[in-house]
Amino acid sequence: MKKVENILRQNGHRKERIIQILSDIQRIYNYLPKEVLQYISGRLRLPLSEIYSIATFYAAFSLKPRGKHLVTVCMGTACHVRGAPAVLSRLEERLGVESGGTTSDNQFTLKTVNCLGACALAPIVVVDEEYHGQTTVNKVDKLVKTYEKDEN
Amino acid sequence: MRKTKISREYRQHLLVCAGTGCVANHSFDVKEGLQTEIIKKGLQDEIQVITTGCQGFCERGPIVIVQPDGIFYQRIRKKDIPHLVEEHLLKGRPVKELMYVPSPKEAPVPRMMDIDFFRHQRLIVLRNRGRLDPENIDEFIGFNGYGALETALTKMTPEQIIKEVKNSGLRGRGGAGFPTGKKWELCRQEKGRDKYLICNGDEGDPGAFMDRSVLEADPHSVIEGLVIGARAIGAHQGFVYVRSEYPLAVKRLKIALRQARDYGLLGKNILGTGFNFEINVTQGAGAFVCGEETALIASIEGRVGRPRQRPPYPSEKGLWGKPTNINNVETWANVPMIIQRGAKWFSSIGTKTSKGTKIFSLVGKINNTGLVEVPMGITMREIIYDIGGGIPHGKEFKAVQTGGPSGGCIPNEMLDLPIDYESLTKAGSMMGSGGMIVMDEDTCMVDVARYFINFTQEESCGKCPPCRMGTKHMVDILDRITRGQGTDKDIAMLETIAENVKLTSLCGLGQTAPNPVLTTLKYFREEYVAHIKERRCPALVCQNLISYIIDPELCGGCTVCAKNCPSDAIHGEPKKVYEIDQKKCTKCGICITVCPPKFNAVRKVSPSLT
Repeated sequence: MKKVENILRQNGHRKERIIQILSDIQRIYNYLPKEVLQYISGRLRLPLSEIYSIATFYAAFSLKPRGKHLVTVCMGTACHVRGAPAVLSRLEERLGVESGGTTSDNQFTLKTVNCLGACALAPIVVVDEEYHGQTTVNKVDKLVKTYEKDEN
Repeated sequence: MRKTKISREYRQHLLVCAGTGCVANHSFDVKEGLQTEIIKKGLQDEIQVITTGCQGFCERGPIVIVQPDGIFYQRIRKKDIPHLVEEHLLKGRPVKELMYVPSPKEAPVPRMMDIDFFRHQRLIVLRNRGRLDPENIDEFIGFNGYGALETALTKMTPEQIIKEVKNSGLRGRGGAGFPTGKKWELCRQEKGRDKYLICNGDEGDPGAFMDRSVLEADPHSVIEGLVIGARAIGAHQGFVYVRSEYPLAVKRLKIALRQARDYGLLGKNILGTGFNFEINVTQGAGAFVCGEETALIASIEGRVGRPRQRPPYPSEKGLWGKPTNINNVETWANVPMIIQRGAKWFSSIGTKTSKGTKIFSLVGKINNTGLVEVPMGITMREIIYDIGGGIPHGKEFKAVQTGGPSGGCIPNEMLDLPIDYESLTKAGSMMGSGGMIVMDEDTCMVDVARYFINFTQEESCGKCPPCRMGTKHMVDILDRITRGQGTDKDIAMLETIAENVKLTSLCGLGQTAPNPVLTTLKYFREEYVAHIKERRCPALVCQNLISYIIDPELCGGCTVCAKNCPSDAIHGEPKKVYEIDQKKCTKCGICITVCPPKFNAVRKVSPSLT
């Protein structure tokens, strides 16, 4: 909890900084662990129910552990008209999980985002902060393979 | 003064674009490669490499511009670098192969300002795009930056500043178009010492990214606008709310704020005038509704971002119950130019009711994708054809969607409409933040309507029933129609729900959510009818209504499709005609992308064969 205490200090133990605090925690743990939320609830004197409400309202937060690689498919309008739905369904099929899910070997979490604002590269898939533009059903197959290869 | 420094010390400058689009295409590798190669050739004292903010022509990234010649290079890869340095920088012969070519039959266009995409634009907000390093305040100052702040703080009273902004005719660039000067005045007139300013950078409309680009390419112009506004309104604390999807914008903004503080342009006793103003950055966490002002305020206060009833408007009771003035990124970035060049100059650009320029992000099925800043009153046709270069692959234009999920789809017949706030609203759409998504004959308008309603349904905060339940019912109906299970009553039902959601929702998100449905029903009704009556998707998009087939006349029996089919649905013998087993086919479309162009044998048909 030392790291968590650091985050609280950086944010001045201020309740109104809760969204920033949760973002910082998620950056360390990759998700929002229950024990950490309970801990900050006590430290900030903020009801756990309120923290839970914020953590479930904002799409960036996850209460479940995520896989090693985060695969994000942009579903913005420009991506949509250039074929993002086909790319997403191919990824779902290939990884064997639905959007929001994590593969059983904990390697990949698949999620969607509404717009990354990089529409000129549509359709976009982001893997661990690396952008892959102008993706196609074929390209994502190769993409998944490269990340799988990295494991071996 | 810096301007002279830039052009005097070096013979040439290479401006490497470092906006999100170009960075995604490895522009930092290109920068490093250029620097290494320049040192290798011993040119480091003559040629300087600078990274700049977004150039706007993102699809052509990574972009490198050579100054002072103004030569525009596009899609530069690492392997192109030695040749580029050798030919252009050493021997003075620009490299044709790396230049922009409008179409395969035309000659390359060497100079940036001769490219149609740039030639027709009028830059006010984006005036510094791609010409300065956003992480260096000196360059901004070199281009007259913070000059307007000095004027506002030392030569003008708050009332004069407000009058100037009012006279300029500037209206909010975030969507609704409320007069900015009027808004400032209302907030100034409120009693009380604690007032707040907010810069809304929660650019959630899918397909719009001008605010990201402004924050990345020219963060100081936003800061300058905010400090001028603070002086006019009498605020001492400001917040810039940036959505979490824009990490680079946040990074550059934070650097810019630090530099402005160091230079005495922000913080205590700004420019020695005794005026104090501080700016904090707040990051969102992925909620579209936070773009609505009262929801955004709730989010800064550390609460769930749910809108509340207005009035009271934020100008009376905003952040922590205090008078608050909120404008979006593009609006703030307009302010310094209005102070610098005057209201008269600004109001000479645009139409009767809409002054100045507007940035649009031109995306979708269009040849030249990117950000364009144009004077209000320009027609949609000029943007799409003169600047955008028309529709790719010789396809037919179908519609252009403006205003994000709150906007509508505008058909071909209305392309000559001069763009301003009123004309777009009259067409059933709205200005919104400026997303412009071009759709061609391969776009299904029912699917587009379903896409947007699904979007607002997911993003609805759930507070008021019309938005929460109305959008859900509309999604259900549109889902059925796109699956081929629509009924005769569906269109009338959609219209009734849409009208009610529009009239009775609490905030702008719900009130405008039905627009995509209403405009597609108005302009593309026949597509709905085809889906319902004939179980047919004319654009061949809706998966349940189409099938993939191999044309026996065209199939060359090359086996590529069968080898690539992930569900083993394609059978046949080499050198003979292949066939798709419709029962096994999952309609993933891989076969159509891998079939060699010389055969082009895979086709989509509707209605579905199964």
